[in-house]
Amino acid sequence: MAPTGWPLVLPIIIPLLAATLAFTVRGWPIVQRSVSLLGMLSMLLSGLHLLSLVSAGGPQAVAISTWAAPFGIVLVADLLSALLVVVTAFIGLVVALYSGAEVGRGRERHGYHSFLLILVAGSAGAFLTGDIFNLYVWFEILLMSTFGLMVLGGEKIQIDGGVKYLALNMVSTILLLTAIGLLYGMTGTLNMADLAIKVPQVENPAMLTVVAVMFLVAFAIKAGLFPLFAWLPASYHTPPMVVSALFAALLTKIGVYSMIRVFTLIFTHDMAVTHTMLAVLAGVTMIAGVLGAAAQTDIRRMLTFSVVSQIGFMLIGLALMTRMSMLGTVYYMLQDILVKAGLFLAAGIAVRYAAGESSFARLGGLWMDKLWLALLFLIPAMALMGFPPLSGFWGKFALIRGALEAEAWILTGAALVSSFVTVYVIGRVFATVFWKPAPALTEGEARARTAAAPTSADMMMMVPAVVAIAGIILALGVFAEPTLALVDRAAEQLIDPTAYITAVLGPDAAPPRPTMIGGVR
Amino acid sequence: MDLVLPILTGVLIACSTYLMLSRNLVRVVLGLSLLSNAVNLIIFASGRVTRAIPPLIAEGGTLPPDGYANPLPQALVLTAIVIGFGLLAFALVLTYRSYQELGTVDTTAMRHAEPDTESPYDDLAEARAMRHAAERGTV
Repeated sequence: MAPTGWPLVLPIIIPLLAATLAFTVRGWPIVQRSVSLLGMLSMLLSGLHLLSLVSAGGPQAVAISTWAAPFGIVLVADLLSALLVVVTAFIGLVVALYSGAEVGRGRERHGYHSFLLILVAGSAGAFLTGDIFNLYVWFEILLMSTFGLMVLGGEKIQIDGGVKYLALNMVSTILLLTAIGLLYGMTGTLNMADLAIKVPQVENPAMLTVVAVMFLVAFAIKAGLFPLFAWLPASYHTPPMVVSALFAALLTKIGVYSMIRVFTLIFTHDMAVTHTMLAVLAGVTMIAGVLGAAAQTDIRRMLTFSVVSQIGFMLIGLALMTRMSMLGTVYYMLQDILVKAGLFLAAGIAVRYAAGESSFARLGGLWMDKLWLALLFLIPAMALMGFPPLSGFWGKFALIRGALEAEAWILTGAALVSSFVTVYVIGRVFATVFWKPAPALTEGEARARTAAAPTSADMMMMVPAVVAIAGIILALGVFAEPTLALVDRAAEQLIDPTAYITAVLGPDAAPPRPTMIGGVR
Repeated sequence: MDLVLPILTGVLIACSTYLMLSRNLVRVVLGLSLLSNAVNLIIFASGRVTRAIPPLIAEGGTLPPDGYANPLPQALVLTAIVIGFGLLAFALVLTYRSYQELGTVDTTAMRHAEPDTESPYDDLAEARAMRHAAERGTV
């Protein structure tokens, strides 16, 4: 391997090595935790290094084992991949820190941190791979580790959620595998950049559209799009809150990332069908998810439903394929990873104080008792609603401006309505969980809550994690300019994939003329 | 072979769909494993089915003989089989654990994660009660 390849390999290798190491020292929780934290931190640094390289020199590619591009597996990093790797590593770091206070010694002894690291490695692999079969393999790797995290601990509710999670995700990956097989049968290649060239040359484009829709359905299950999201609210609230936070932040976004990659790079031959479907799904998902959230009376289940509705927002840019809306999509996706983690982790502290009870009826009085916690929850919650000056505002602003420019009136309306109902949902959480007086407790319950409340050692791990996330959300909102400029270039690379194809196949690859139509109205 | 493979794949997918529609978790898992086998056949067929020409390059040559069997789909199938085996093993263990823990393999009886709440929380009623209490001066 050429020495220049290391920056692309390190974000995957480091967490994998750390996972192995963490497993060998799983008997000593403190050592294991340190290995996990160090692994995440080094991954974050290598991710930042990769981002600086990509930002300065355009998309980077490396052929693994020097098997030349369309034949071997390549790793490719464009700005979107690099940014996602950085955010993933940051969330991994925060979650690894918070886990020390939340998951308990039992889970840690059974390899919790190894699962965590493998999940992060699998995500980085999925973001960086340039080979579509390799993407499937990374999906399976991270799916396996999520199965572990989902059922680790073996509580009844976890097993139940795990069964539903397993069944639907297996169907999704099998569907993905079928679609990859059929695509290979038609084009004879698995390299994504090569596919971008070969796909327009296929003799039977109608058949190709069928395969594109199979990809769409497979990724839609992963991303939790309407009407395929039923597994998500059935399972995400069952593991410990910190695991829910990681899942809500990362997993659905990997589905969205794959959709963006596949439908900007490979399947742009029949945008009237595929991208119209994306637009319809985006609109319905935004509305259905937020209505689901409004119907919940449990903070954990409410938050899992809000994951669904935000996915709809991220598809607007992909459906419209204009530069402004794509900017909104990428920015919204990046900041939503932080927002979701922040919401779940802050709510996790509130639920800890209530001895694990999370229904609205059993929570209350936190504004009076723990104002700092209410404020920590308020920052990601405001970003979720899209209030200035927080990060969510810029994302929604770009998305809605992009949708208006493309004259996609229905999509704009759906986004605005969904945002409005989100304000109601968050307002309701505030009214019941924070402002309402604390519920009357029996003496036994009060004792149980005091016993379960986080110790000061726990707080040393939980609070910095949430503060770090809230701080970044605030900073991204107030100092938005540099990030927006970076994301704008990422969007440009997605709309016109010439640079991506050239990075993989060399300058002679004669990339197809990008179809710059903003198809959907 | 051109007729046998599609028919076999179709039959496998039909059977697996039928099995997965069941409420019995064991049948669902069996359906999933059948489905992944059917997909392996699809990938195998996508590399074009040829006979008796291995993808070997003769000594001194640079290309394999014309009409050779494409080895790549077989490598893909091999990967998919291994991954599918791992998933199946996990699914079987999870099924057994859910039988142990929840006492059933009937998916409609598994309501621990999404229980039917008898009296869902009514924030309006609670707000009204609090206002009355405030008016009476008891808070």
